Amino acid sequence: MLNKGLNILVTGGVRGIGKAISLAFSKYESNIYIWDINDNGFDELKSTIESNGSKVFFNKVNIADFAQVEKAVNDILESNNIDIVINNAGITKDNLLMGMKEDEWDSVITVNLKGTFNVSKHIIRSMIKKRSGCIINIASVIGLMGNKGQANYAASKAGIIGFTKSLAKEVGSRNIRVNAIAPGFIETEMTLKLSEDVIKEYSKMIPLKRMGKADDVADLCVFLASDMAKYITGQVINCDGGMLM
Amino acid sequence: MSKVFEFVKTLLVENMQIDESKINMDANIIEDLGADSLDIMDIVNDIEKEFNVTIPQDQYENLRTVGDVVNFVEDKLGK
Repeated sequence: MLNKGLNILVTGGVRGIGKAISLAFSKYESNIYIWDINDNGFDELKSTIESNGSKVFFNKVNIADFAQVEKAVNDILESNNIDIVINNAGITKDNLLMGMKEDEWDSVITVNLKGTFNVSKHIIRSMIKKRSGCIINIASVIGLMGNKGQANYAASKAGIIGFTKSLAKEVGSRNIRVNAIAPGFIETEMTLKLSEDVIKEYSKMIPLKRMGKADDVADLCVFLASDMAKYITGQVINCDGGMLM
Repeated sequence: MSKVFEFVKTLLVENMQIDESKINMDANIIEDLGADSLDIMDIVNDIEKEFNVTIPQDQYENLRTVGDVVNFVEDKLGK
């Protein structure tokens, strides 16, 4: 499905959905650049990626830091182009608005939304020069439907959706596609901490009657990055078992 | 021709695949050479880096022709 030998950057690529994305791309003899704020679990991931026939490079990068991202991007661009970017890194700091601290708002907006800006901004120029590229932003159905206790997260993900559509319009003429994926209720370390009752309640709202798997999102990423999606840009594609229609 | 003109010409040829023969000091970058706002930003970025000058965004609309750009940069360089 995907061309071989592409250079792919995955932020937050060591754990959760990002890990599944890194692994999905590793099946195509890719060069995978993984950024994360810590490398716990990277060694194991590295050996799996390499056994799939891809190369992997880890860099400890805080995407919220504009200057750090600029340097990390330039470090890659010195020797390689970046063909595909998956802006996946994100955090949650849930709280009802009345109790939400300024820091809880700022940090979620800064990592999720500004982080997406930082990475895209520093990479876009090289894609414009190359007249090709693909950016996939991991949003969330919460950015489309809202959720109690997640005003900060919902705002950041809704922001990513607006960002995605704007950038798609800016760079479409340079053969660069920009899309967003809105995962629904996905099994990750974070959601598996929820009680069975909560999971059952959520599952009732999902026509496919199950939580999503990180692989479901990763497969969509590979599709969007591939030539099969060559006429798709500026879209938000829900990967949620039909939870939001 | 000046070093700045030669650099701008190279940018236009390499970045936008413009026929070299169309590029002269009077050529309007948007109307004659077919550039859009992304091209302009791209060219400005390269010029700023090459000559270590700053071209403020509010100046872009005054830089219509290749000559406007070359003269602006040369003025900044104090030539």
